[in-house]
Amino acid sequence: MISLSPLAPPGVRTSEGTAADLVCYPTRSQYFALVKSFKADAFEMCVDVCGVDYLHHLERPLPDGVEGTRFEVVTNLLSLSKRQRVRIRVQAGDDEPEVESLFALYSGVEAMEREAFDLFGIIFTNHPDLTRILMPEDWEGHPLRKDYGAGNVPVQFKEAPGPR
Amino acid sequence: MSEPTVRTIEREELLVAETSEGEQELQRRSNTAVNELGREIGAVLRSNDLHIDPTSIDFDRQDDETMIINMGPSHPSTHGVLRLMLELDGEFVLRCKPVIGYLHTGMEKTAEELSFIQGAVNVTRMDYLSPVINELNYSMAIEKLLDIEIPERAVWIRMMMSELNRISSHLVWMATNGMDLGSTSMMIYGLRERELILAFFEKTAGLRMNLNYVRPGGVAADLPDGWKDDVTVICDTIDERTYEYDQLLTGQPIFRERMVGVAPITAEEALALSVTGPLLRSTGVAWDLRRTMPYLAYDQVEFDVIVGTYGDNFDRYAIRLNEIRESIRIVRQCVEMMPSGDYRSQDPKVTPPPRARIGESMEALIHHFKLFTEGFHVPVGEVYSAVESPRGEIGCYLVSDGGAKPYRLHVRGPSFVNLQAIPLLMRGGSVSDAITTVSTIDPVLGEVDR
Repeated sequence: MISLSPLAPPGVRTSEGTAADLVCYPTRSQYFALVKSFKADAFEMCVDVCGVDYLHHLERPLPDGVEGTRFEVVTNLLSLSKRQRVRIRVQAGDDEPEVESLFALYSGVEAMEREAFDLFGIIFTNHPDLTRILMPEDWEGHPLRKDYGAGNVPVQFKEAPGPR
Repeated sequence: MSEPTVRTIEREELLVAETSEGEQELQRRSNTAVNELGREIGAVLRSNDLHIDPTSIDFDRQDDETMIINMGPSHPSTHGVLRLMLELDGEFVLRCKPVIGYLHTGMEKTAEELSFIQGAVNVTRMDYLSPVINELNYSMAIEKLLDIEIPERAVWIRMMMSELNRISSHLVWMATNGMDLGSTSMMIYGLRERELILAFFEKTAGLRMNLNYVRPGGVAADLPDGWKDDVTVICDTIDERTYEYDQLLTGQPIFRERMVGVAPITAEEALALSVTGPLLRSTGVAWDLRRTMPYLAYDQVEFDVIVGTYGDNFDRYAIRLNEIRESIRIVRQCVEMMPSGDYRSQDPKVTPPPRARIGESMEALIHHFKLFTEGFHVPVGEVYSAVESPRGEIGCYLVSDGGAKPYRLHVRGPSFVNLQAIPLLMRGGSVSDAITTVSTIDPVLGEVDR
């Protein structure tokens, strides 16, 4: 079992995740400081950042003292020297999800945070280039949100021949 | 006489309006903030924070000294629809920005509409050169949430198929890399050898690509009769032919001229950019999930993790060529050590009853029907699971709400992340080296855009 580094901000909730890695639940204000403490604690790489929209599961099971919000940002850190993984689930907010970008710590999160912004509309403050990455520039909405309404808009195939 | 009128249309502006990706594109220097410029030329990696010194980089360069051109989206050497915007000073690349998304089909959204059984068909199409490893990654994430054990034989079949797939993926890389450098014979040889493996896949799973072979609970079918002979022939043939590639490419002066010392990356830069796979190993970091965080039965087979020293294009070539040989070693051990037994879990929760029982047992018929209409339910939870794909760490973050479909499926595509290294690798190189560099990163755009 991995423990938090002494540099970590006080009061961060943790739990043991499936497949026996540590899961941390910092608040938005603790998030950056927590990741910074992990970086100082030999977690050299941030392998993954992704968003989750819990629109239908606002009351999901979380450790005591963690209030679930609609959007969650999930960050996976990897320590190559200790061969450990840590997952950080930060509650990003309901209507205007916003967390601090990790770009200043790990340059490699640039594309991943852009992806989370593009598909969920989560704002990463202090990100150098927060633009859409997968969707076209003029796309409306954020497609991986649960209320996006996939399947509600009929797709028209303009070039398709008529019935005869 | 009146002035003759010519019918014109503002074609150029129309074209720009139709194809522009706006803010996503590489902007002119005059429109680029200093932090962004520093990121694009890689200066942020060298200094520790975002405050870069405007004098330490070529910041005072004027727009009229440089030219921004597009490479792609449909350039033959971009291996799909990758669009690179290059800022050139004559022949040399100053800045580069990959613009992606041209192949985005919303596969993560699609996954939320497919049951756990159907999902394998979806994920296998992401990295279309290593379908087995995609399926494996997805199935392992589900199995972790379900907490079920996989029979020994299924584990070894999965491992053997993964390694065969790794060989075939690296062979395609060898082929296309040769093609990018003008060695058309390598293109033919690489695809010829890959055909042996695809034929075996077809014999085993019924399909050459996008197999849907690895499924939650095991694999779809047992290995076909005579598989040992088939696999041994594949190993012998390809092993022998890797030495022909050595003769064709490794020592060849023109090839070395194009590869050695071109587009280097250091270990610190690679780690900062979250780069994995051969690209990370080329810098000397011996990080291979098969060895460092073993899954399946990789801790029971012998193989070497190939690392480079200089992090240049040639190291990445040498790593892939030698990884083919290491994979052959693993496959040979799989042939020897393949245990007997079930090829899929006998847990009725994930496995349908045998075909023969459906005809005679009503319960078996209902069970089969329920499994394929509704699917099985996965307990509430979330899990991140990762395996080593030919391109690096492919991860799967799966959130289940207790239903028969994933609530959220996120795939961490190694190509997507590795692409971030392109601006750094290309800086200062020539345009012709840019082609080689894209090639040695080996992006599969199906996985980048998902």
